[in-house]
Amino acid sequence: MNAAAWLKRATKSALSFGEAPRIESPLQRFWSDFSESRLALIGLMLLTMIILIAIFAPLISPQNPYDLSQLDIMDSKLAPGEKSGAGHTHLLGTDDQGRDMLSAIFYGLRISLGVGIASTVFALAIGLFFGMIAAYFSGWVDTLIMRVVDIQLSFPAILIALILLAVLGQGADKIIVALITVQWAYYARTVRASALVEKQKEYIEAAKVLALSKTRILFCHMLPNCLPPLIVVATVQVAHAIALESTLSFLGLGLPITEPSLGLLISNGFTYLMSGKYWISFYPGLALLLTIMSINLVADQLRDVLNPRLKK
Amino acid sequence: MLSYTLRRLFQSGFVLLMMSFLVFVGVYAIGNPVELLINPQADDAERLRATIAMGLDKPFYAQYLAFLGTASTGDFGRSFVFNVPALSLILQKLPATIELALFATMIAVVVGIPLGLIAGLKPDSFVGRAIMALSIIGFSLPTFWVGLVLIMFFSVHLGWLPSNGRGDTVDVLGIPVSFLTWDGLTHLFMPAFNLALFKLSLLIRLTRSGTREALLQDYVKFARAKGLSNTRVIGVHVLKNIMIPIVTVIGLEFGSVIAFAIVTETIFAWPGTGKLLIDSINQLDRPVIVAYLLVIVSLFIFINFLVDVVYSVLDPRVRLGAQSGGGH
Amino acid sequence: MNAVLQVENLRTHFFTKAGVVKAVDDVSFSVERGKILGLVGESGSGKSMTGYSIMGLIDAPGKIVDGRILLNGENIIGLKHEQWRGLRGNRVAMIFQDPMMTLNPVLRIDTQMIEAIQAHEKISSVNARERCRAALVRVGIASADERLNSYPHQFSGGMRQRVAIAIALLNKPDVIIADEPTTALDVTIQGQILFEMQALCRDSGTALIWITHDLSVVAGLADHIAVMYAGKVVEYGSVAKVLDAPLHPYTQGLLASVPSRNRRGQPLKQIPGMTPSLLEIGSGCAFRERCPYRMPDCEATPPLSPHAAHRQVRCFHPVTGHSA
Repeated sequence: MNAAAWLKRATKSALSFGEAPRIESPLQRFWSDFSESRLALIGLMLLTMIILIAIFAPLISPQNPYDLSQLDIMDSKLAPGEKSGAGHTHLLGTDDQGRDMLSAIFYGLRISLGVGIASTVFALAIGLFFGMIAAYFSGWVDTLIMRVVDIQLSFPAILIALILLAVLGQGADKIIVALITVQWAYYARTVRASALVEKQKEYIEAAKVLALSKTRILFCHMLPNCLPPLIVVATVQVAHAIALESTLSFLGLGLPITEPSLGLLISNGFTYLMSGKYWISFYPGLALLLTIMSINLVADQLRDVLNPRLKK
Repeated sequence: MLSYTLRRLFQSGFVLLMMSFLVFVGVYAIGNPVELLINPQADDAERLRATIAMGLDKPFYAQYLAFLGTASTGDFGRSFVFNVPALSLILQKLPATIELALFATMIAVVVGIPLGLIAGLKPDSFVGRAIMALSIIGFSLPTFWVGLVLIMFFSVHLGWLPSNGRGDTVDVLGIPVSFLTWDGLTHLFMPAFNLALFKLSLLIRLTRSGTREALLQDYVKFARAKGLSNTRVIGVHVLKNIMIPIVTVIGLEFGSVIAFAIVTETIFAWPGTGKLLIDSINQLDRPVIVAYLLVIVSLFIFINFLVDVVYSVLDPRVRLGAQSGGGH
Repeated sequence: MNAVLQVENLRTHFFTKAGVVKAVDDVSFSVERGKILGLVGESGSGKSMTGYSIMGLIDAPGKIVDGRILLNGENIIGLKHEQWRGLRGNRVAMIFQDPMMTLNPVLRIDTQMIEAIQAHEKISSVNARERCRAALVRVGIASADERLNSYPHQFSGGMRQRVAIAIALLNKPDVIIADEPTTALDVTIQGQILFEMQALCRDSGTALIWITHDLSVVAGLADHIAVMYAGKVVEYGSVAKVLDAPLHPYTQGLLASVPSRNRRGQPLKQIPGMTPSLLEIGSGCAFRERCPYRMPDCEATPPLSPHAAHRQVRCFHPVTGHSA
């Protein structure tokens, strides 16, 4: 027995004199575990703020950056804090078309988050389905699905997405399709692994003895027990999807100029970097960094809290 | 061991064939290169002549078979844009990409493993926490944006490092390399660091968690109970164990380093295969795209094989397993 | 008295976020050359931590806060790191519970043995290797030369534990601490190893501290016995005396819960209640909540006090008159 395990046992499992053990609901325990890390709490707060900004972008932006009537080319490339001809102060400056960068970033967040979350949800559903099928039926079905997963995962996501987009062309729908294609395999593999563990357990045996239908066993009994690792993977993957989308958009293969995500804003400012007009690229990048970092912080803590190996 | 190797080779061949088909199908669907290449004012007869000249008039399966036939001899057709064999174009640019990827991997290893070790040994200390915070930031930084910030700071603001190209190169065995000249090195450093950053963070985390896990193991306690010095316990007992997953990950991630080089090369105008790929996609230069993908796929398969070999050398438990036919 | 190792009032506490865990809290015993001491207690009673304390292997947040550990009359607590390292594996060696985990899976046996010698003396690898070979032969490993070139995974559990024992013996230590070394093994192998360890220690004059939760193992092996409960030694004496006439109610309960041929067919006795948490354990006898002979004065902490010749007990009301 190692010292760490010993300590845990000494402090946790044995009852102390007199004091009755406090009973917490699972959600309470989850929250008290989660909030143990201050960093994770900061991440969660930041993430909530970013999501709120994305949702309410049209309400809180100083300007609608894509309403051409509000733009004045005379105001182009203003440095952060400068005033426009009409007297507005542009906190983060303006881009080459006189667009307020702060507003552009708020709208860009909306698109980046939207694309990231949408693709994750679809990829999760598809991966969940195939992963469960593979684990439950085993045999050749499993072999076939997992071979495809293995081969796909042996190639970097960016390469697959790049080629797909080259084939499909630009557009939000297309980049979502590309992101789903590169992501589903992660979920399939995660679900299959945890479903295989669950399958060995006695409650599934019991469900079979009760002659429940296969779909019922699969989706009502096994599925809920496979969720915790999936939640962790999904959180990490949202961050990956957002990063990947912005990279592809930066390379000119993602979203069209009419739907400017953060990646596209950065790409747009790249041209002006050499002449010292850093803000057009820099601030959208900072927004992107904060978004991805807040998700990663939350995901890190989720992994620790939901990992059964670290419990008890 | 021989049968294992043979089976691996067979599997690799199969994957390569499948990829060639997928790649061909995928690339076949990209636009019509004739439209891009010929004069917009050209008449239909001229269009047809160009289509026939490129073999684009034949049915799909015939194009694929013809492609397979010639591809097996290393001929992927001529670049529509440069009018030179696609493969030779790729091979000409490949050394630049490999050099960049190797240099980036080296930075990640040389910096990442020691930092991860420190963070793993002292997880609660200030230094340990600082290293972890850095790795979380490094993990979250979009590669391309870091590239921009690096250029902004070191090239535009300070003017210390050049922002594009390979700089002076020297031929080694007929292959041009940058890292042997001072000028080349200054050109190499920023893109390599940019490319390394993500892997660096990955290695820090991997080494840290590996170290923490290893430190809890009884064999470490036993090693200390033998009276070994800390240096030996960490340098031999801990390190040798955590090297197994680390080497595997370094190897497997080398493929993704090469893939991400596409982004870095675009930002720093590094004349490698990644930049060539992006240019080719924009210009619908089909043979170059296909050649790139198949060369990269072959490279991945080769790397995976190499990783398996190194893995079995590092982990004595695997050696017997491979003989008895355990695949993975 | 010719004690190789004397532990006096040892206290090792762990300073965790939840509070101070008094893992070892006033432990005293001594072992003589060539003798075997059985350190008995349930898991969590602090017996392993006592072993680690003697080895100087207590990591943060743990700390030896009080007491003396006299090795050949010299207090080793407060030694510098490097000095203590020089003792580990050299004068005091330790064997762990799970042989599947104690050997490093990726290093060859010879590497792991030779380094144990070279950590303490300047000796050529060839000579060290020869000593390793001899040590393997001594613990009953056949074709030792070949075995030196093997990896741990090529050995069975029993064989690995023999290798661990051979490593412990390499530098002819004064004391070996064996932390439940047979618990993870088959019963037949257990018997062999017990017997061999006993013989090896008697022959070489090495003192042995055998940590176990299994009274029946100690009965056939040890000369003396120290019973631990909640971080404290509650009873100490020769094996025959302690097992025949236990003084502490806990020892008595422990003995009653061992299955015996004489009480066949009767239900096994058990001690009611649970081991208290070592976290912020209050004053008073730690066993009082479970003790059938509890008195009001048990709210004070009893000292470990002499009782008859060479016997000590930590109880205000030792079980002499009212035998079970």
